[in-house]
Amino acid sequence: MSEASSYERYHRQIILKNFGDTAQDKLRAASILVVGAGGLGCPLLQYLAAAGAGCIGIADDDVVALSNLHRQPLYSMADIGKAKVQVAAEKLQALNPDVEIHQHTKRVTSKNALEIIKNYDIVADASDNFATRYLVNDACVLLGKPLVFGAVSQWEGQLAIFNAGTDAVNYRDLFPQPPSAGTVLNCAEAGVPGPLPGIIGTMMANELIKLITGTGKPMLNKMLLYNAWNNQQYELALSAQKEAKQLLPANAAAFMETDYDVLCNKTDLLPGIDEAQFFSMIQNKHVLVLDVREPGEMPPCDFPNSKQLSLSQLPKFFDELKSYKTIITICQTGVRSRQAAALLVAHFSSTIQILNLQHGIINLKKITSV
Amino acid sequence: MINLVLFGQLKETLGEITVPRAEDTATLIKLLKQQYPVLEDTSFMLAVDKKLVTENTPLTENCTVALLPPYSGG
Repeated sequence: MSEASSYERYHRQIILKNFGDTAQDKLRAASILVVGAGGLGCPLLQYLAAAGAGCIGIADDDVVALSNLHRQPLYSMADIGKAKVQVAAEKLQALNPDVEIHQHTKRVTSKNALEIIKNYDIVADASDNFATRYLVNDACVLLGKPLVFGAVSQWEGQLAIFNAGTDAVNYRDLFPQPPSAGTVLNCAEAGVPGPLPGIIGTMMANELIKLITGTGKPMLNKMLLYNAWNNQQYELALSAQKEAKQLLPANAAAFMETDYDVLCNKTDLLPGIDEAQFFSMIQNKHVLVLDVREPGEMPPCDFPNSKQLSLSQLPKFFDELKSYKTIITICQTGVRSRQAAALLVAHFSSTIQILNLQHGIINLKKITSV
Repeated sequence: MINLVLFGQLKETLGEITVPRAEDTATLIKLLKQQYPVLEDTSFMLAVDKKLVTENTPLTENCTVALLPPYSGG
């Protein structure tokens, strides 16, 4: 692109006070790896390409699905079934042909992460699972790469920058160990409003641009929590902790030997059942329907063989459940019951069959239509 | 009095919470875990007056304690 049209393209950011050609040149010289081309990754990639980042790597092994489109508007109907990385690369290239785009269509694992990440100046974690989050964090600590972090849960988002500035912190300073299997729900299980990853992903792009160009005040050693339900923001000061250091892999060899899927207890979704399976199974008297809502929540759970034990109290009452062969956990919408099922699976392992009623009691047509 | 702020799924998991009196964070967490055993299996970070705390920290009158779980979604 000619110098004149390049100036026109970036004019509105170049004329910002403290930005200018110097900042634009720094962006052009920067190489950024974006891990995850989903809800966070889409706006992040678009704004980085639009702003004139010199080189962008996109890492994702997923394909576009219809259920992605409400929060990943970079993709369209015609893209369903295609590799996200390939579609994103085409669209970004159309947006700004000056940007060099590298496609990483294989899943990032401990075997290939260091090899991929070492070629970039800076990394963005826009992934959607803990195994990738811990893996990318540990790799960035080992390689000394700044990491811009974003994550969402239902209506809330988290934003932070790790491994940058003085007294740098990383994700393990916040959460030294991955959570137990199934105790934290992902977007597919808990739901997410489309604009929220858009907001957090856009904030990540803004932090990256500030960090690369040395403008503004990046979120160093801080975490921003944003609540899209009520627009409240909460800023948290972060500090390093001893435990975090001990849990990081000591070197590249130790990192490559770590299986992050195992470390993060990544399991397939806990078995869930639908309405038809539910009403068929509860005919069996060995099947307990366990209502994990708080007492008094409506509609009542008055199935023949049922019991109410609030999720918050559940671990106190494991002994009362040990004689059952099958337990179906239920709650209002399927969120708490999913967590209860995870606790029960962890406690009873395979001695009791644990199933979760998906989408909760309020979506049982037989009950709500009465 | 201690103000308690819950983030993410913890709001739904713990519901309307009664905050016990406690002189420091270790005591508070011990009491909360007795009251809500599900916290034993729950990952969260703890902040006092918007600062992440990793060691036992004294709690003063009207301080705000936040329990923040990790989010995985993207």
